[in-house]
Amino acid sequence: MSDPIGSVEGQAGRNLPPLKLHVPEPPARPGEAADFTHFDIPAAGAQPRPDEAAQPADMRDMAYGLVRVLDDDGQAVGPWDPRLPAETLLKMLRYMALTRAFDARMFRAQRQGKTSFYMKSTGEEAVSIGAAMALSRDDMCFPSYRQQGILIARDWSLVDMMNQIYSNKGDRMKGRQLPIMYSAREAGFFSISGNLTTQYPQAVGWAMASAAKGDTRIAATWCGEGSTAEGDFHSACTFASVYRAPVIMNVVNNQWAISSFSGFAGAEATTFAARAVGYGIAGLRVDGNDVLAVYAATRWAADRARANAGPTLIEHFTYRVEGHSTSDDPSAYRSAEESSQWPLGDPVARLKQHCIALGIWDEDRHAAMDKELAEHVRDAAREAEKNGILGHGLHHPMESMFEDVFEKMPWHLEEQKQQMLDEWKAAGL
Amino acid sequence: MEGGRPVSKANETDAVSKANETDAVSKANEAGVVSEVMAQGEARSDAQQMNMIQAINSALDVMMDRDPDVVVMGEDVGYFGGVFRATAGLQQKYGKNRVFDTPITECGIIGVAVGMGAYGLRPVPEIQFADYIYPALDQLVSEAARLRYRSAGEFISPMTVRSPFGGGIFGGQTHSQSPEGIFTHVSGVKTVIPSTPYDAKGLLIAAIEDNDPTIFFEPKRIYNGPFDGHYDTPAKSWAGHAEAQVPQGYYRIPLGKARTARAGEALTILCYGTMVHVVENTVAAMGIDAEIIDLRTLVPLDIEAIEASVRKTGRCLIVHEATRTSGFGAELLAQVQERCFYHLEAPIERVTGFDTPYPHSLEWAYFPGPVRIREAITKIMKD
Ligand SMILES: Cc1ncc(C[n+]2csc(CCOP(=O)(O)OP(=O)(O)O)c2C)c(N)n1
Ligand SMILES: [Mg+2]
Repeated sequence: MSDPIGSVEGQAGRNLPPLKLHVPEPPARPGEAADFTHFDIPAAGAQPRPDEAAQPADMRDMAYGLVRVLDDDGQAVGPWDPRLPAETLLKMLRYMALTRAFDARMFRAQRQGKTSFYMKSTGEEAVSIGAAMALSRDDMCFPSYRQQGILIARDWSLVDMMNQIYSNKGDRMKGRQLPIMYSAREAGFFSISGNLTTQYPQAVGWAMASAAKGDTRIAATWCGEGSTAEGDFHSACTFASVYRAPVIMNVVNNQWAISSFSGFAGAEATTFAARAVGYGIAGLRVDGNDVLAVYAATRWAADRARANAGPTLIEHFTYRVEGHSTSDDPSAYRSAEESSQWPLGDPVARLKQHCIALGIWDEDRHAAMDKELAEHVRDAAREAEKNGILGHGLHHPMESMFEDVFEKMPWHLEEQKQQMLDEWKAAGL
Repeated sequence: MEGGRPVSKANETDAVSKANETDAVSKANEAGVVSEVMAQGEARSDAQQMNMIQAINSALDVMMDRDPDVVVMGEDVGYFGGVFRATAGLQQKYGKNRVFDTPITECGIIGVAVGMGAYGLRPVPEIQFADYIYPALDQLVSEAARLRYRSAGEFISPMTVRSPFGGGIFGGQTHSQSPEGIFTHVSGVKTVIPSTPYDAKGLLIAAIEDNDPTIFFEPKRIYNGPFDGHYDTPAKSWAGHAEAQVPQGYYRIPLGKARTARAGEALTILCYGTMVHVVENTVAAMGIDAEIIDLRTLVPLDIEAIEASVRKTGRCLIVHEATRTSGFGAELLAQVQERCFYHLEAPIERVTGFDTPYPHSLEWAYFPGPVRIREAITKIMKD
């Protein structure tokens, strides 16, 4: 090529060092030992708890710390302990275990050829369950594809979820969406998009509408740490800040975005919660494998939003234990040891340990619950499979493809629908 | 490709020696001249069996080796080598300054590629799925496509945007779309779509060498083997397919030149990408003497090849997987009508995707497969 614009000519004799491009590299690749030495993990209970109406400028440190409630012995400690009654704790434990059992079953169903695709949330259950339980049932959620736990914590029908996954005739989405792209308006669960982070400004818009109408409901949204790079994330933060929208913006930092580690979203330079600092909104950074911390932070942010004190950005620091999806094999790009050595432990195991320490739970009951939940999920799957599995004929009628493109079907779609039916008939199909 | 006979690929191969400067052969018309010069008796030397992914990987490898200004960037393309493995091994070979993962922001990826191009690099960004190119639309449409025009050539944007597109893999509405018509509608970008491993490599090399921004859509349904449209039969691999014999070294297929996939007299079928194979198979099954033109480049279009063929056959079918309304087929239909009207013996037909989002469970009812192509051919031949 020709000389670059503003080439080195004019710089002769200036003796400047050559510039260097920095390209991030994760601490460990396949075959290497997992390395978490760069993580600074404060003790549980060490973080102060600002007032819900605190000025963002007065709580900037929160974006760089880590809110933790459960300590290594399973005790709930410090000012963020939500002091939940035993009944709520056990419910939380059950929802998390159910989410895990659901994931295990549906992953297997994909492997058995019953559907095209699945995504697990293993290791990240606390993020969805803790938040869903801290929100009101009528608050509106704009999730990404990894928050199936919200539906489960809102007692949504497993069969309904599975019908969507099997894309069968029982699927309320009429088999139109990729598996796990649920929509459940009644559960306050917005239709999931395959396009990353589009839900972020939408949640802000919903929250602005709620505020403009003098409603009391707030909105919450979730995206992965990798997805914070999308422009939509930043548009959402700007709108949320400008209009002090009653919204909770959650960044699920599970360290990986398919094969790209969090450094490609900026984690080498700062935290994801610190994005809030630049926008002048409240930022919290939370141990995402500690369901009590997730609950407490969400509750703090919800109370803040309800008091018209503005939006909150919460980073949930967690780990994607499994592959990105059924199409992914993480052993090709990350150390195999990472998930077992994750320093913040497993969210289900940690809550279980806490409940046992409180004397409200024991190993036998836990094992019995796991067994019961596996059967519960199996029964739901059998029920859903009566409506069909992907590619076995039990789908919505072919002409349903043309419905819902518009409210009323225009002539050209009518024509195409008829053409399709005629052609298939002519071909004897 | 004149004369309506299948033409050996060698005729379109210009085995320009590595010593040639890339800008010296950067324009499609020049390349055409070169390829004619090189046309005589050039066999596919050092050819080996490649699927389309391997051919694309080979094109990137060859170009990175020849031109230190070529850089590859995109989500998961670096260490991992891309979710479809198209960039496998390149970072290990050429280093992280030239092959790197990017943050997940398509707008950022294309904007950065414009900036790198302004510096003098030749970026080859990957958009992981064509369905995710929309956030980059402003940088592509308002910036890359117009940079040469608005600066009167002071700045150019020589990037080649690679992106897998099309359906047939149960990807649902966000892993199946064919948005080529959005780009062919924009002045200032070229749009290229290969249908074979051989073409994929030669066209990608030509696109990278081209000084204008080029959208290179890769039909992912045929990455691993040609697809005849019969989804219920076992998938085929590229093994044994003539067009999967791909030279290991440098060669280019000029942009703007169509390929006659099958010579014939009965009707002309215009298609590209996956649909070339679906059409070929349907035509063979019907035993009809169709002439199948694989467009390869939508903009600039090989209008001469189209005109010559339709004037000869007097009948024309247009097939694409993309939605119908304002699809590229509408442009093709208009061109054929404007140029060949007095040669036509039957109305021009289109077989396209329906004007709905790409459904998941009803994927095969949506896909413009053999049933619909057969119906259209029968209708055209009736008149
Ligand atoms: C606009 C857009 N670009 C790219 C993709 C492809 N893609 C799907 S998931 C993903 C990684 C997302 O990672 P992260 O945000 O960290 O979420 P996680 O999967 O870890 O939950 C990518 C690149 C997409 N779905 N949408
Ligand atoms: Mg992630």
